Amino acid sequence: MIGALILRGMRRGFTGAAWLPVAFFLLIATLMPFAVGPDARLLGRIGAGTLWIAALTAALLPIERLVEPDRADGVLDQLALHGMAEESVATAKIIAHWLTFAPLLLIAAVPASALLAMDGAGLARTEIALAIGTPALAALAVAVAALTAGLPRAGSLAGLLLLPLAVPVLIFGASVSGGGGNSALLLESATSMVLLAGSPFVTAAAIRATRT
Amino acid sequence: MTPLLRFDRVALRRGGRLLFEGLGLALGPGERLQVTGPNGSGKSSLIRLAAGLLREDRGCVERVKLALADDALALDRELPLRRALMFWNGAVDRSMEALGLTHLADVGVRLLSSGQAKRATLARVAASDAPLWLLDEPLNALDSESTDRLARVIEAHLASGGAVLAASHQPLPGEWPRLELGL
Repeated sequence: MIGALILRGMRRGFTGAAWLPVAFFLLIATLMPFAVGPDARLLGRIGAGTLWIAALTAALLPIERLVEPDRADGVLDQLALHGMAEESVATAKIIAHWLTFAPLLLIAAVPASALLAMDGAGLARTEIALAIGTPALAALAVAVAALTAGLPRAGSLAGLLLLPLAVPVLIFGASVSGGGGNSALLLESATSMVLLAGSPFVTAAAIRATRT
Repeated sequence: MTPLLRFDRVALRRGGRLLFEGLGLALGPGERLQVTGPNGSGKSSLIRLAAGLLREDRGCVERVKLALADDALALDRELPLRRALMFWNGAVDRSMEALGLTHLADVGVRLLSSGQAKRATLARVAASDAPLWLLDEPLNALDSESTDRLARVIEAHLASGGAVLAASHQPLPGEWPRLELGL
């Protein structure tokens, strides 16, 4: 059942607007040279940080479609009646969400790095940092989506909730991208693991609490 | 004979209001029960309590594996009906046939009328192998032919040793013992 749920999440993700977060990501990378000017040295310095902010906001975009439609339509109830623990549902949602947005984002980072005049080494470091950090962003997005499901103006509320929680990943992830070395990599991995491990339980508790 | 569903002195409170207390009921194989009562008397809450989606405030509820059809469609709207039903159960053809949905197999779920959507939720229940069925307002939006189909599906389920708990404010086809709420 969990495999079917992951496939369903990916199908819905891709038939929805899977390109939207990626387009948004590239848009920010495109706007940056216009905003700070075409100085290649300056762009190269701020490039990694820009990509991280772009990735963070891209992860936030599909948040209203992650949990709320399934709650409103009774799918979460039916999954519970089919004997599936809410924690398993949450895990499936995290995996499906990560698979729909992260691989595309990692590909889009290549043209984005060119727009920001980043060198090859910088791009490689950013790819590694994003690969480690995006699971945490996906986990946070699902947890926050479950916490805000059914609330009015859930989208903006979700942003306010998610962005502070994502700050540790942002700090260490951007530090890895900027050449922070081994310790930054370890710290990013550790933060990512903590968020990834905690999120299914937070999500499950939130799903149970929305049942009325 | 072990009951498929048993309420033992159950009390349920919603939003500070006591809906019922000291409620006891037992449904064995082949048995049916209709929950009636005016709007807001707690019929749907009782169904969700029986399903385990709500927690009782006092008493205890025991249940076997069950299937639930309520107002929520729980089918992917972008899929054709048959594929959407197959997410929940592999073998859907017989229950689709029984509820007259076979000719709609390739129609998108979003295009179904409210009566057809209701039949789809009933087909999901009929396709499950759960011995206990919980139906919340099963007759809503059904025409008389569909009502007859539902009656035949329910009779077949009861004859095979299943049990049905239905909440409805209108009379259900057949002989149903009644549990009146909100008195």
